[in-house]
Amino acid sequence: MTEETALALTNLRFTWPGSTGFTLEVDAFTLPKGERTLLLGASGSGKSTLLSLICGISMPSAGSVTVAGTDIARLSRRRRDRFRAENIGIVFQQFNLLPYATALDNALLPLRFAPNRRAKLTDERAEALRLAAALGLDPAQMTSGGAGSLSVGQQQRVAVVRALIGSPELIVADEPTSALDASAQASFVDTLFTHVEAAGASLLMVSHDERLADRFDRTVRLEDIARVKKAAAV
Amino acid sequence: MIFARLAFRSLAARWLTVSLTILAIALSVALLLGVEKIRNGAKASFADTISGTDLIVGARSGSVQLLLYSVFRIGNATNNVTWESFEDIREMPDVAWAIPLSLGDSHRGYRVLGTTAEYFDRYKFRAGKGLEFTSGVAFDDVFDAVLGADVVASLGYKLDDPIIVSHGIASFTHHEDKPFRVGGILAKTGTPVDRTVIVSLEGIEAIHVDWVGGGRAAGSLTAEQARTLDLSPKAITAAMIGVESKLRIFTLQRAINDYAEEPLLAVLPGVALQELWAVVGVAETALLGVSLMVVATALIGMVAMIFAGLNERRREMAILRSVGAGPGLIMTMLIAEAALIAAAGAAVGVAILYAGLAALQTWLDATYGIYIPPTGLGEREMITLAAAVAAGALAGLAPAARAYFISLSDGMSVKM
Repeated sequence: MTEETALALTNLRFTWPGSTGFTLEVDAFTLPKGERTLLLGASGSGKSTLLSLICGISMPSAGSVTVAGTDIARLSRRRRDRFRAENIGIVFQQFNLLPYATALDNALLPLRFAPNRRAKLTDERAEALRLAAALGLDPAQMTSGGAGSLSVGQQQRVAVVRALIGSPELIVADEPTSALDASAQASFVDTLFTHVEAAGASLLMVSHDERLADRFDRTVRLEDIARVKKAAAV
Repeated sequence: MIFARLAFRSLAARWLTVSLTILAIALSVALLLGVEKIRNGAKASFADTISGTDLIVGARSGSVQLLLYSVFRIGNATNNVTWESFEDIREMPDVAWAIPLSLGDSHRGYRVLGTTAEYFDRYKFRAGKGLEFTSGVAFDDVFDAVLGADVVASLGYKLDDPIIVSHGIASFTHHEDKPFRVGGILAKTGTPVDRTVIVSLEGIEAIHVDWVGGGRAAGSLTAEQARTLDLSPKAITAAMIGVESKLRIFTLQRAINDYAEEPLLAVLPGVALQELWAVVGVAETALLGVSLMVVATALIGMVAMIFAGLNERRREMAILRSVGAGPGLIMTMLIAEAALIAAAGAAVGVAILYAGLAALQTWLDATYGIYIPPTGLGEREMITLAAAVAAGALAGLAPAARAYFISLSDGMSVKM
């Protein structure tokens, strides 16, 4: 593995816990540093599982998951949690935020678990507000009231601030636009690209929406890189 | 600290259920501490029923029985003490003072106590407080009576009202031929004195002077005729003794118990009170048990609330996991939440307790004679509060453990 690879999956094998008999296998997948890749997959195709493996929430039964040069499959659970905090920014489809906390507290949350990301910043609050402003959120929206009172679009932007703050290596976005309307989707993706690029990060975005494909450096279909086996129905 | 802020805002977002839970814990804590306060107050008031008296002497029976009839006016003496024995004891070198008590008659449900005027000086309660007259004075005349506060409150007597003593405790025979006069009224003490009609020993003798056995002899005497007779008593029921030196109490007690002329019993009021409290104490233990159960119930309510909220908070846990929080931190946050709720409950409970005590203190003292000193929280209470908070945190372990496993199995993905 070179430092030029943001993410590499090699001979990955995963079996769902329990006796369901589902397995997911990925022989090889790499995401070069700085690249923006769209991973297309229908629901039920094993997307969530793959993201869990990449983020170090789930453990493969065999193979390696290398993020920014570290095989996270070899780390202890505690160190995987820490590694995720330091190196991966995650944006979900929706409900990204703790609704009772302010948007600012939500955005600052990963820094609590990531001293290295924190060390890159001289003023955490100022950086969060700067990013928020660049994403079109004014400071009042960030600091007053619970994040739950923001619109879905605004919440997604706060989630982007949270993912980008302190410049992690890899941004993983799981259907981040599906809760937005069509016009908002385009501007959201543009904004996301701009800031991922500014942060020097790599982007892996998962979606079922092929219309986004032409904006990315590369589009990969999940079924082309992964095999999902289901045990024969009894 | 961001986590403290998050925990606080999380609780604030659920303010209704959280504040009801805090209220439930607060009431249970107030109840527990209140029971403890009242228990101690009752015990102290009980122990304070009689003070300053070193020994109580009566016919030989049980020490609790002697205490009950002589001090609490409950039950009856098995036998009397002859006046000669009383005089012998009074002459013993260790005895500083001796006050005779003659019981056995009643007035409309209240016991009548025959004694000497010295009783009003010697009877002490609540660490040396003496009896006080709200009006009138101690016996001026053979047929003067002094009434306790409760007697006056319920029967409405005024100074100089006539009062007729009945023969025996629950009797239809009255000493109507020799009425007494209300000569003095005592202030409320919170002791059995409040429920007593006190007359002179000569008065008791006078109303019985023309009685033979249990009935009135033929040719009864008038009150004026009775006055002219020798009214020195022949027997008394019990006596209060003060000693010259505290060091000699046990010597004196032994001397009285070994008194050859008559079987007598001398008890130390404090010791007998402790014996009696050991009997009454079963109820206080039960009360304490009940209030502990109430605290447990409130804590279970809190645990149920946290459990019920866990499912809605799976998203919250997934978010925390995604930014790098381990399941251990999520568990810690839930335990902290439980401890925080329990601590808030304990704090509000203390506030309720003191507000309640401030409001009820006077009434409790006046009605039940339970005096609760307005002191701060003692070491015991602090330990109780700390234990309640610790129990809350411990109870929070159950939902926290559940959250731990939820956050492990859910990871970042929650099917909402």
